Amino acid sequence: MLYREAGQFKSSYVADQAIFPIKQDKIGVLLIFLFALLVLPFIASNYLLNSIFVPFLVFSIAAIGLNILTGYCGQVSLGTGGFMACGAFFTFKLTTAMPEVNILLIFLLAGFGTALVGIVFGVPSLRIKGFYLAIVTLAAQFFLIWMFTQNPWWTNYSAAGVITAPPRALFGDFYVTGIQATPVNKYLFLLCFTALLALVAKNLVRSAIGRSWMAIRDMDIAAEIIGIRPLAAKLSAFAVSSFFIGIAGALWAFIYTASVEALAFEVSRSFQVLFMILIGGLGSILGSFLGAAFIVLLPIMLSNLPAMIGLRMPVDLIAHLEFMIFGALIVFFLIVEPHGLARLWQIGKEKLRRWPFPY
Amino acid sequence: MITRVLPWLLGVPAVIVGLGLLFQLVSLAEPRLYFTWAYYLEVLIAGTLQGVMYSLVALGFVLIFKASSIFNFAQGSMVLFAALTMVGMIEWGLHWTLAFLVTAAVMILLALVIERVVLRPLVNQPHIILFMATIGIFYFLDGLGQTLWGSDVKQLDIGIPRSPIFILEGTFEGGILVNHFDVIAAAIGGVLVLILALFFQKTRVGRALRAVADDHQAALSVGIPLKTIWAIVWSVAGIVALVTGVIWGSKLGVQFTLALIALKALPVLILGGLTSIPGAIVGGLIIGAGEQVAEVFLSTFIGSAIQDWFAYVLAMLFLLVRPEGLFGEKIIERV
Repeated sequence: MLYREAGQFKSSYVADQAIFPIKQDKIGVLLIFLFALLVLPFIASNYLLNSIFVPFLVFSIAAIGLNILTGYCGQVSLGTGGFMACGAFFTFKLTTAMPEVNILLIFLLAGFGTALVGIVFGVPSLRIKGFYLAIVTLAAQFFLIWMFTQNPWWTNYSAAGVITAPPRALFGDFYVTGIQATPVNKYLFLLCFTALLALVAKNLVRSAIGRSWMAIRDMDIAAEIIGIRPLAAKLSAFAVSSFFIGIAGALWAFIYTASVEALAFEVSRSFQVLFMILIGGLGSILGSFLGAAFIVLLPIMLSNLPAMIGLRMPVDLIAHLEFMIFGALIVFFLIVEPHGLARLWQIGKEKLRRWPFPY
Repeated sequence: MITRVLPWLLGVPAVIVGLGLLFQLVSLAEPRLYFTWAYYLEVLIAGTLQGVMYSLVALGFVLIFKASSIFNFAQGSMVLFAALTMVGMIEWGLHWTLAFLVTAAVMILLALVIERVVLRPLVNQPHIILFMATIGIFYFLDGLGQTLWGSDVKQLDIGIPRSPIFILEGTFEGGILVNHFDVIAAAIGGVLVLILALFFQKTRVGRALRAVADDHQAALSVGIPLKTIWAIVWSVAGIVALVTGVIWGSKLGVQFTLALIALKALPVLILGGLTSIPGAIVGGLIIGAGEQVAEVFLSTFIGSAIQDWFAYVLAMLFLLVRPEGLFGEKIIERV
């Protein structure tokens, strides 16, 4: 009843192509954002902020990044973990070399650095396609992790091979990394950063460059024939995707965990992000958020469930059962809705429009 | 036939000798690099025998990919699951041959269940979705195996001798050390490949399998039951996984890391070509020998543990020249 587009007439192309063409969507998203910005920090506990909202936001950025490459440009990549590690280690080197530079700028610089690495590892995609490419991107994964573990230079010769986030403030006393950073600070910073990046991504994918990615995804030869240069389209997708993923890696290392070793970005991390975009929905920014929420929440729920219903189980048994349920749920979701949660939301919206008179 | 084999007969020794000469030259200039021909051959043989094991894992992948164009990421966890089940059976007091048979039956049952529960509802979905589903199976089997049998490292001993043997003692001083175990493992792998080749070429089911691999719809239209064929293929892949699991398990102990050898089989696969059984075998040998030689002779210069990524980079460089792999079907693209 409330969700109607009847009566909302568009009188210009600009209005017709807005990000949220329906007024209710616009208001809804704004309300959610304002709630997250103004209310959540005061009502949520530190545990909730630290172990659910912070990783959720970080993973959302990573999922948006991978979705640009895999969902919009059709290039399956299993190198996400490696690129996240790039972002983390670049940030560490940059901020220890230049402590006076604002951390926000450092994150962006690390993103650009990762984009360069992404372009290098994206070059094979011009010749290699499909599963062959997916496996080739594993070369990036293993090579990058190896590079960061083997060369102590990357960790400033720390004995444990671990990078620890030094305290950095965004402005004044607003610390976002290090000991002084409160969960609320971290959360607010991440929220604004993620919203900004999501906006950038959303606008990129509906611009000319995004359309060229989608053309390449749908059929690369046909796209080439109508005048899209595969070199530019594929490499720009790799660059933009790596930029997002690199930033996500930096945020993961600096804001979420605060100290991290290269092995935290192993191949299982790549699969985790890939699951997010598959469960959330390929080729959808909203889907990246939904998928990230699902994959972040699921293990937490699974590990708390036995305690909640009063079962006592040994820890390793719980871990194994978690694996099982996780795998089964993945298969279940793929069978029920191969196009992901974003598609479910779309169907729900269609239904809402007609509710309560579906005929 | 002869024109296809001849380049290999000439090329492989040429590459081996060429690389050896190169390393010898480098070792003259750089005394940190230890090089003798006997040592080089020893490393090469050890690597090749290791490669046979990679081939076995890759074989399971290829079987399923050929018949159903599903990239079965779960092959690695099938290896682990099979090995765990077999060890569990032996711990129950069964003789290992009996345990092997029971486990084979379990793997066939597993294949039937996967076909019914996972594959059938996902018919006609894009490849990437099926690939993801197999990753789901990977997690499930990993969890299931360890829930049932525990996650400790277990020994699996089926009586393969482990003594080192020396060959070519006349040619080289001290001979070349070869691991007895690896030779027998390679022999078992060879026999398995032979049986599979006979099964594919000479039996009625094998012919149907090849027909399905060639063209699903054409096979369906002449009356080949696709579901049965898929169940058979997954069963065969399960049994290959079992054999792999027995060999790897008795070499390294049955443990969680067995599931990760699947990752090592991936570069083998794309090097050989996703659809080719000979490709899987030759690719395995090349990757095994290549990474062993690289680890021993290159790590002096660029750091240790390059085994982690060397296979992938090798495969990537190769694919840049030939995107369909060594023996893969030529990829023809149309609009």
